[in-house]
Amino acid sequence: MTELSTKAMTKSGKKFKFGFNRKQLCIPYALFLVMFVVIPLFVILYYAFTSSDGSFSFANFAEFFTNKTKISTLLISILIALLVTVICLLIAYPVAYILSKMKKSIAFILLLLFVTPMWINFVLRAMAMKELLSLIGVSPGSFANIIGLVYDFLPFMILPLYSTLIKMDTSLEEAALDLGANKSKVFIKITLPLSVPGIISGAMMVFLPVMSCYVITDTFSGSTGFTVIGKLIAWCFLGENGTLTNVNGGATISLVMLVIMFLTMLATGGFKSDNSTRGTNL
Amino acid sequence: MIKKFFSRGYIFLVLAFIYIPIFILVIFSFNAGKTLNIWEGFSFKWYANLGVVGDVVLNTVVLAVVVAVTATILGTLGAIGMFYSNGKGGKLMKGISQIPVVNSEVVTACALIMLFLLLGLSNRSLVGLFLGHLIITTPFVVLSVLPKLKQMDPSLYEAALDLGASPRQALTKVILPEILPGVFAGFMLAITLSLDDYIVTATLSPLGFDTISTAVYKAIALTTEAASMKLPIYRALTTIIFLLTVSVVVVINVRSKRKQKREGGK
Amino acid sequence: MTKENLNENIIELVGVSREFEDGVFAVDNMDFKVKRGEFVTFLGPSGCGKTTTLRMIAGFDKPTSGKILLNGEDITVLPPNKRPINTVFQRYALFPHLNVYENIAFGLKLKRVKVTYQDKKGNTFEKVEKLKKGYISDKVEKALKMVDLEGFEKRSVSTLSGGQQQRVAIARALVNEPKILLLDEPLGALDLKMRKDMQLELKEMHKKLGITFIYVTHDQEEALTMSDTVVVMKDGVIQQIGTPTDIYNEPNNSFVADFIGDSNIFSGTMIAKNTVKFIGKNFDCVDDFPINEKVDVVVRPEDVVLMDEDKGQVNGKIISSIFKGMHYEMVMKVGKSEVVIQDTIERKVGEKVSIFINPSDIHVMEKEFSSNKFEGYITKNNTVVFGDGEFECDVTTLYPDSTLDEEGYIITKEGEKIDLTDVDVNVEVGLKDIEISDDAEAGGAIGNIISIIYKGDHYQLIVRTDENEEDYVFDTEDTWNENDRVSIIIPKEKIKLSLKQEIKR
Repeated sequence: MTELSTKAMTKSGKKFKFGFNRKQLCIPYALFLVMFVVIPLFVILYYAFTSSDGSFSFANFAEFFTNKTKISTLLISILIALLVTVICLLIAYPVAYILSKMKKSIAFILLLLFVTPMWINFVLRAMAMKELLSLIGVSPGSFANIIGLVYDFLPFMILPLYSTLIKMDTSLEEAALDLGANKSKVFIKITLPLSVPGIISGAMMVFLPVMSCYVITDTFSGSTGFTVIGKLIAWCFLGENGTLTNVNGGATISLVMLVIMFLTMLATGGFKSDNSTRGTNL
Repeated sequence: MIKKFFSRGYIFLVLAFIYIPIFILVIFSFNAGKTLNIWEGFSFKWYANLGVVGDVVLNTVVLAVVVAVTATILGTLGAIGMFYSNGKGGKLMKGISQIPVVNSEVVTACALIMLFLLLGLSNRSLVGLFLGHLIITTPFVVLSVLPKLKQMDPSLYEAALDLGASPRQALTKVILPEILPGVFAGFMLAITLSLDDYIVTATLSPLGFDTISTAVYKAIALTTEAASMKLPIYRALTTIIFLLTVSVVVVINVRSKRKQKREGGK
Repeated sequence: MTKENLNENIIELVGVSREFEDGVFAVDNMDFKVKRGEFVTFLGPSGCGKTTTLRMIAGFDKPTSGKILLNGEDITVLPPNKRPINTVFQRYALFPHLNVYENIAFGLKLKRVKVTYQDKKGNTFEKVEKLKKGYISDKVEKALKMVDLEGFEKRSVSTLSGGQQQRVAIARALVNEPKILLLDEPLGALDLKMRKDMQLELKEMHKKLGITFIYVTHDQEEALTMSDTVVVMKDGVIQQIGTPTDIYNEPNNSFVADFIGDSNIFSGTMIAKNTVKFIGKNFDCVDDFPINEKVDVVVRPEDVVLMDEDKGQVNGKIISSIFKGMHYEMVMKVGKSEVVIQDTIERKVGEKVSIFINPSDIHVMEKEFSSNKFEGYITKNNTVVFGDGEFECDVTTLYPDSTLDEEGYIITKEGEKIDLTDVDVNVEVGLKDIEISDDAEAGGAIGNIISIIYKGDHYQLIVRTDENEEDYVFDTEDTWNENDRVSIIIPKEKIKLSLKQEIKR
């Protein structure tokens, strides 16, 4: 009897491990992440701290931080990204708020109307806006540029705001009314603070991409408008006939971008909450 | 009443801001002339000429489908594996998986170029393009599958084992069907992101390989005669894409409404 | 060798432990046997290890040590899909993407059987085959019939009520003809009426099918109604195994008594053979323990007989009375103790009554005695009075990080000044923290040694004071004689004080 049971144990013990099969499934993705996400980050570090002959140097940083055009592009990018984020928020918040107070069925159709353009190629959308602007006589430049950016990013702001507002417990607002707050007080003291997560995730979807989205600025700037930091990076890798013009310089600016991203995430607590709203799909 | 009027009016205004450019484009796609300024008569000629951009559309669609299928498989398996590997490994992987989501596409693309450079590989290749698209899409598949796994009753897997299913059968017969909506959403998201991408394609695609994004960009930003000649054709293309998008959205939502009604009715 | 006949135990747990990553033992060295065809219930509060035990039998969890035997064969590491055991899950775990029929057929569709064929030449050969469609649908139909859900085959499980889902879950498990059916709090999500009906139905099913049921619940009534055997668990350890009647009438310890049904639990002392003292009176009892042993006394409220004043064994006053539908639940105060009584005749609050308890209804059980507990108060000299004595103590332990000022007031961490005079406190003194002396002046209290028990390497002594007959129990290695008159010495730092209630400032 004992012999039999130990035999059964060793036999099945080899075959059977708990959760073994399921965990194993992420190995391909884990390898993929290591190869194409983690290692490239170190490659950026490597190129950022070497000169073109491969020796260690701070020259790229010295060049970047003393080059007036590059530094001003960086600062302008941050300012423009902030401005566009704020404009999008100011336009999108009332939209999301009004939708959240509407009858569910109507709100759903309207929301679909707001997000449907997201599925049209954004270069095509930029083209549409550019043509409209030229039709009504707005010449290319900074103003057109900002309109173009707001136009492209607005839907991304509406969605997270709406999903936060709709999830909010309406009895909280009712409770505040019941306790004697008037409607504007209720908004300022209850609704607005509770919608902060939505504001943050919306802002995250506008602020960082604007800084790198040079396609829009290229489309709308003409000769007088501004460009964004993303352009500087792309430039280093977009030489004529596919040559790489300045890999080390590009790595340096990429590193600066990574630091900005890191700081932004840190400031908004993006590391704590998983920003799953970006993955929301209607 | 007045409040209602204002809020309706506001919604209408913002919708107008979003849709007027698209409608203008749609209208002028039927213009016989090339420019938006002058209406030279109704014509389907740009639609008839769509064949000129056929290769670009094909490139875009094939790339998007191949990328989305790969990303969906890779991401779904990854999400399942991550979800069940409790402890530090799973957490770390979830964190790393978030990097391409928050990172700017320029940095993602250029980091990949630098990796190729270090390995002595060409900076522009179809494989590189494919990998670049995979990096920006797969994490979103993971993001849409993970919540479905979390929502799932944890005892379902055990129930399947209990009824005699092997771990693999439990996965294919129970877990996968349960998270299918998330997998589908992830697939759609991957398609959209790939179709929508400009930066990764512009920096990694082989010379001469254009997708809709890069081709249209060339037409509007570069002022070469040949490129801008195609502008009216892209208007026609936008119109078709817009109509396709709207019909897909309508079909999907009508279907899900019906399904809801059917299930709610009983 | 047909083991099924050789072994009447279908499941056997041998020294099974399950330790979690944080070092907590969910199940601690458990030995347990289930007889074939038995209806066994694991009963205990949440976190007692009952569900973990069930999960180990099902195969979802592995013991960190020990063995699980099925029909005498080791199945400790056998995966759940290879065990002839099926589970009804707490929240049913029906597959939402499958309809009722597909849910029930799930296990049958996965099943492979060996079928023996004969070819033309007469040679027999074996083929592993799926079950026939018609066979499966017959089985499913029968299973649905058994749970009264005929005609529900095509329904989506999400459209079913809780009770119907429950039935589908049971049918889904039983259709596989398991040797053992495990049920993990299956009725927890149902309302009271449904629960009662399902209890009877499950019991009925068990009788009809004749297979072993292992049931997990925290509901003592459920356990007592349905089971052949009840296993009461606490902190991963079995407290008692027995029939429902045994468990109810003869609880092993105060935990079981408290968990099963309503009960009065008093601390008592054996004062003579078959005589136990509690609530200040001596009662005859049938249980026998060594004289002077500290014991727990359990009396069921329905076993307390109410009588007019002076007619019973002990007098008291009714202090509350609540109508409970079938009876009145009254509380009688005797000295400092309260006795809960159930009776169909109401006594008004304030009425003076007496009670009588039959010796056979007094359940005396061993007490887990680990420290002396007293009630006391603080004097104006910051000493503490308890157990007929006065002792030096450190009152600053009552408030964390507090200090004493020169006037004897306590200064709290927050800087508040508190006067502790006459404040009621609970006092705890460990068994090893008491010394005694012949010198009557040396200690804080004086009494006689009334008991000396030799505990292998030391003696356990009890000193009883004269005035209120307070007992000090402690361990010592010195030899003393009974009836020695001694004084009790407790070092200042060994007196553990805690406030009875927060002081109003």
